[in-house]
Amino acid sequence: MTKPEGELTWRDLEIGSIVTEAGNASQYQTGDWRSERPIFDNDKCIKCGLCYIFCPEGCIGQNAEGYFEADLFYCKGCGICARECWPKAISMVQEEE
Amino acid sequence: MAKRVGIEVSLAIAEAAKLARADVVAAYPITPQTHIVEHLAELVADGEMDAAYIPVESEHSAMSACLGASAAGARTFTATAGQGLELMHEVMYVASSMQLPVVMTVANRALSAPLSVWGDHSDVMAVRDTGWIQIFAENGQEAVDNVLCAFRIGEDRRVLLPVMIHLDGFYLSHVIEPVLFPEQSQVDKFIPPYQHPMPLHPDRPVTMGAFGPPIIYAETKKAQEVNLEASTEVILQCWDEFGKTFGRYYSPVESYHSEKAKVLLLTMGSFSETAMTAIDKMRGEGREVGLIRIRLWRPFPFEEIRQAVRNAEALIVLDRALSFGGPGGPVCSEVRSALYGEDKRPKVIGFVGGLGGRDITPAGFESIINRGIEISQKGSENEFEIFGVRE
Repeated sequence: MTKPEGELTWRDLEIGSIVTEAGNASQYQTGDWRSERPIFDNDKCIKCGLCYIFCPEGCIGQNAEGYFEADLFYCKGCGICARECWPKAISMVQEEE
Repeated sequence: MAKRVGIEVSLAIAEAAKLARADVVAAYPITPQTHIVEHLAELVADGEMDAAYIPVESEHSAMSACLGASAAGARTFTATAGQGLELMHEVMYVASSMQLPVVMTVANRALSAPLSVWGDHSDVMAVRDTGWIQIFAENGQEAVDNVLCAFRIGEDRRVLLPVMIHLDGFYLSHVIEPVLFPEQSQVDKFIPPYQHPMPLHPDRPVTMGAFGPPIIYAETKKAQEVNLEASTEVILQCWDEFGKTFGRYYSPVESYHSEKAKVLLLTMGSFSETAMTAIDKMRGEGREVGLIRIRLWRPFPFEEIRQAVRNAEALIVLDRALSFGGPGGPVCSEVRSALYGEDKRPKVIGFVGGLGGRDITPAGFESIINRGIEISQKGSENEFEIFGVRE
């Protein structure tokens, strides 16, 4: 796609709204669905990676120091990571806080 | 040279799909469409037709298989009726939105309950808004001709839309008529090979029917609406070319003695020919009556309707379906709406009749016209009347 989705007019669409570009679902910002976001306390984190495994969005990754963080462009704030993190290193906070 | 054959209309439709060289047929049998797909299965099994026949487990699957075949670049044909069309319903929107030019004949049938296998237009009207091009046939020849046209129209690069050809269940599907079949070579010339510009192919992957979030959905629908509207031009060109090649001409709205008629009757489908008999009789008695028939139901022929009725004082519309709790029949309300903005327009009077296989005879049409004239002069307490119902 040559333009960002929000700038496409009906004339720009392919026949039958076919998508010709592979993998463009990555442009879809699911992060704006979120009402809570995860906060990672690296003092408690043991780098077990359970948050990474359980994240249904696949948006948790490991940084250079080996700690985990969520990509907030995609994170929907479901809280599964916080629930599964047994050392209690992840807590969910309201977006407006 | 074309060959005239006495043949059941259902079989003639199957022969038309064969002449059009359909590559894939996916269908589920249902009365009164059964003979169409039965004959296609026979033609394929006997090696007379080079096509894949997919015997599916339901109409929902039939339409889904048709979508896949059409998306892969196959010329695709199916047929259904009544409840079967209803079971296809959701997939029909997908066919039009994905611009897959499936051709389908519908042997129009009433909807349950009570169970009825007989004809009316309840099934058509329920799929009115699915985004398909929809054409009504009045006899077997028209059904055959328009099946051929449907492939050419739908597969045209400027269109790429699915097309439905409606024929009245039993009234047309099960009668034997003399039908002129064109030569294979003529048909091959008339319908160029189908080439979807972006078919499903492993060498050039595309995504069809993708997720459309609020940021893009409205644009996809606008594009679809513009495309369907624009198909009128291609339909007209196709009918013109068909006429020049085969000598039979079609138009979106057809008229019968309507030019100077003060009172017009409007019908769709096979009932039109019976209505003509009534018009002939009444005109013979000096009555100024005429007939208008809608052939192209979608895209709706607004301008042609306005032109056709502009000199009339009363327009009596016969619907063969009910819009429960609504303004009467769907055809009547659409015609009325098309005329609303006109300075000079006839009074539009709605009748619903011919439901679930109830016949309307020429004498019946005469009664409808006479009652319509009475309502146009004296008014009525009802939005519409159901013709012939026992009170």
